[in-house]
Amino acid sequence: MAATGKKIMVTVRKAPHGSIYVQESIEVMFIFATYDMDLSVVFMDDGVLALQTGQDTKQLGTKGFMASLGALVDWEVTKVYVDRQSLKERNIPEGSIQPIGKDDDSGAPIRPKVLDSIEIATMMATQHSIVSF
Amino acid sequence: MLHTVNKSPFQNSALENCLRMARQGDVILLLEDGVYAVTAGTAKSHLIEQAIKQHEVYAIGADLKARGLSGLIDKVRVASYGDFVDLVERHPVHAWL
Amino acid sequence: MTHTGDLLTTGENMKLSVLVLEGPYNHEASDSAYNFIQAALDKGHAIRGIFFYDDGVYNATKLMDPPQDDRHISKRWSELGARGIDMIVCVAAAKRRGITDEVLVPNIRISGLGQLATLIDESDRLVTFGD
Repeated sequence: MAATGKKIMVTVRKAPHGSIYVQESIEVMFIFATYDMDLSVVFMDDGVLALQTGQDTKQLGTKGFMASLGALVDWEVTKVYVDRQSLKERNIPEGSIQPIGKDDDSGAPIRPKVLDSIEIATMMATQHSIVSF
Repeated sequence: MLHTVNKSPFQNSALENCLRMARQGDVILLLEDGVYAVTAGTAKSHLIEQAIKQHEVYAIGADLKARGLSGLIDKVRVASYGDFVDLVERHPVHAWL
Repeated sequence: MTHTGDLLTTGENMKLSVLVLEGPYNHEASDSAYNFIQAALDKGHAIRGIFFYDDGVYNATKLMDPPQDDRHISKRWSELGARGIDMIVCVAAAKRRGITDEVLVPNIRISGLGQLATLIDESDRLVTFGD
């Protein structure tokens, strides 16, 4: 059942809540992490909006995915990146993006790593396969 | 890398986002509504006119035909699904949905 | 199958997997996927599997009843399945959307996202069709 450590990337490029892609992409991330894949996740373009703090779907009446996002590190999804330019274009300060977990020792929030587009493009070029949402 | 773009450049910025990330040697394939990007003389033609200086650009013929498109930007190659398959053989794919 | 960086040695047959993220008729994704797969099969490549996720699960319903003179999308997916291609509908996405075993066309099965991981692991390439 264990996969062979292939480099697999999941890219998330759509805004959350207006469609289900962000939420269902996270379910993919959870599963891939249990399959011994060398998984990287990249939030870019409108996908960075999934990392906006303060999202609250109560009034909307939908379940949302925020709890799952906060548990990515717990589920061994640790290589999570976000595109710097996409954040900047949307006026989201790098330091205030949504955490994806907590450090076991210090309790400090773990946030996705902000990368320049060229670093992301370089990483994409090394992948075996990319699942895009 | 083979980058596939299936949305019209007038609809959203998927093509622009793709071209921002595309590296030397990468190939661009337009399919579905993405083929609207390869007609000459539009307000968005500059995207592919610029891209084609650095990348091979293909557009799926069946999608061009379905949409009644002609007058393509110079050097854009019309591709069959078979050509699409050949490109996938040569490159891993990222779909800019 | 030898891999040189990200280049397959051309001339050899690939094992491809396809991911379909949209439902039939509403988006072109299903048609593009089908046409791509047919071309791959014509060239002698193998399709390791086709995975339907998000609204893609709607591709598998036998309750589809399009006009007679247009393509019948779930029937033709079923025909591909009859050729031995592994056609999988994601259980979580299917449950959300009311696609159950009772409404599936033949030769398509419902299974978990782990199958997507397996398909990708056992393929040379993954191609995604969506919106």
